[in-house]
Amino acid sequence: MMFLLETVISGLMTGVMYSLVALGFVLIFKASGMFNFAQGVLALFAGLTLHGLMTGTMPFTHVVYPEYAMPVWLAIPATIGVMILLAVVWERLVMRYMVNQADIILFMSTLGLAFILEGMGDIIWGSDVKVLKLGLPEGASDFLLTNFNLYVDKLEVFAGIVAIVLVTVLAIFFNKTRMGRALRAVADDHQAAMSVGISLRAIWVTVWSVAGIVALVAGVMWGAKSGIQFSLSLIALKALPVLILGGFTSIPGAIVGGLIIGVGEKLAEIYTGDLLNAAFGWDAGIFKAMENWFAYMLALVFLLFRPQGLFGDKIIERI
Amino acid sequence: MFYRESGDFKTTYTSDQAIFPLAQDRWFVRAVVVLALVVVPIALYFGGSGSSYWVNTFLLPFFIYSLAAIGLNILVGYCGQISLGTGAFLAVGAYGYYKLTTSFPEINFFILLIGSGVVTAAVGMLFGLPSLRIKGFYLAVATLAAQFFIIWLFYKVPWFYNNNATGQITVPPRELFGLMLTGPAGVLWFKYLVTAAVVILAALIAKNLVRGRIGRSWMAIRDMDIAAELIGVRPMRTKLLAFGVSSFYIGIAGALMFSVYLGAAESGETFGIQQSFDILFMIIIGGLGTILGSFLGAAFIVLLPIVLELLLVNGVGLNTGFAEHVKVVTLGVLILVFLIAEPHGFARLWEITKEKLRLWPFPH
Repeated sequence: MMFLLETVISGLMTGVMYSLVALGFVLIFKASGMFNFAQGVLALFAGLTLHGLMTGTMPFTHVVYPEYAMPVWLAIPATIGVMILLAVVWERLVMRYMVNQADIILFMSTLGLAFILEGMGDIIWGSDVKVLKLGLPEGASDFLLTNFNLYVDKLEVFAGIVAIVLVTVLAIFFNKTRMGRALRAVADDHQAAMSVGISLRAIWVTVWSVAGIVALVAGVMWGAKSGIQFSLSLIALKALPVLILGGFTSIPGAIVGGLIIGVGEKLAEIYTGDLLNAAFGWDAGIFKAMENWFAYMLALVFLLFRPQGLFGDKIIERI
Repeated sequence: MFYRESGDFKTTYTSDQAIFPLAQDRWFVRAVVVLALVVVPIALYFGGSGSSYWVNTFLLPFFIYSLAAIGLNILVGYCGQISLGTGAFLAVGAYGYYKLTTSFPEINFFILLIGSGVVTAAVGMLFGLPSLRIKGFYLAVATLAAQFFIIWLFYKVPWFYNNNATGQITVPPRELFGLMLTGPAGVLWFKYLVTAAVVILAALIAKNLVRGRIGRSWMAIRDMDIAAELIGVRPMRTKLLAFGVSSFYIGIAGALMFSVYLGAAESGETFGIQQSFDILFMIIIGGLGTILGSFLGAAFIVLLPIVLELLLVNGVGLNTGFAEHVKVVTLGVLILVFLIAEPHGFARLWEITKEKLRLWPFPH
């Protein structure tokens, strides 16, 4: 029983980590109708930048201050600055020419961005695994371990708290502010938004900056958990089923979807093989490593009942 | 002046409906086909072992990826259903061919190809079922389910790779018309000839398919599915047919890729998600909803790494690891440049060129 509880908790926490990546997707999708495949690579790039700043291996800064390693409190705002700069450059060089293009073209352009960032990261910092030391809480929580005999990672609890704060802030931003409404207008129709006087360029810079900052949070959390490495860019693939489960357009959906997928994945990984073995006498070993596709199948089943995801806006179609 | 309709009179309905209405176009296409099916094989026949580099790095992958791109283009470009499961369908074709050829060793190669195509079509239609309920990027992510599930299945269930110890599948040597076709002893020019002939035939069939009633119903579904439904296009049949035909082509491409080109394959390594994206790039850079674009896009994506490799490693002299990263960045930049400069792909550029040619050399 304790083991089951631990599995569920660890699943929930992994789910929160998926949600952090999924959030970035939802942001961009809500604000530009763009399916941003680069979110995982963006998280990787943000993590690499932060690591580079903290170890003094950032290009150009070491020209001015050789071997200057920034402290955490300076490195994080600096990384945010880099992400905003990236958003500005991205808007100036690419997004500007993408107004009113077909969805699939927009999607492809984010794949192009993913390639560029991935390659740049490798060229600048090399492809070895980097350890990020930010002084975040680590190890098992002593309180739960001694009192309830539960093993819960402190870092994952911290990630959960960060996710909750992030979602609250973003939800307020989207629903209550002028900017948030403008964002939703842009997602609906580029041209209509422009005609009522919304500056598409400002919107895009904003939303890509916010997505960059969310990516930084995701990068920091994943980086603290398993080191900053290339595989970080692949968590985008983990976030996709979370997205369709929760709905592309819903911020709370990204969180709930993440939790469902996280728990489902862990339970399936541990119990399916044994259950099928007990029921049909199948080889339990076959069902190990089903993590890769289980989330997708789960999401697919949900989709058949709710085509717009759990919390997505109802899809209304007219001729 | 030289390339235009005037003087090219249509006297029958058949000639009016021809794929290439202009005489110049017809001769050009005939010349290309003769070049591909006669001149190049003869050159390879006499070229000997030196030509193997070009066959293995460019010619075979070009034709095979073109076929896969035509398949995906039918689904994405003509029917508007985005799919990211191409890699998995290639794998189904490859493993289907492997199971068929090891179970029935004496059956003709072409029948095996069609067999693996049919198997893939069935799998494709199964994973196409969600398309009746979900659309757009939801569907794209749903097809990723196919990608991961199928690859996992081929990796985990030993029946698919005949319980061998490595988990790889290796193509057994097979002859066709008395010449060795597959396996390490396969005759190079013959491999090329068979592949090119299959792909050109398949492209011709696809071109006719998309011109006719079926293709028009696909396009109706793509442009607006509710409206199409109202005028009497049955969405279920049409979408599933698109998934079936598309997967059939991709399956044949997978079988060719495994049997003629690679010779050995491992599900995750060979048919990973990168394949799906590469083929999607091909059809977008080539031009969505065009058969010609599938060929142009495939040529671009296959040639690009070769050219970059030659330029960066042999030309500039970078070390291989660094050049690899530069290659990735260059690919990303080129994709963005193409999307901005010509979102409709090479096929549109070709159309524009033809329009310009009609007035050339006296534009006024």
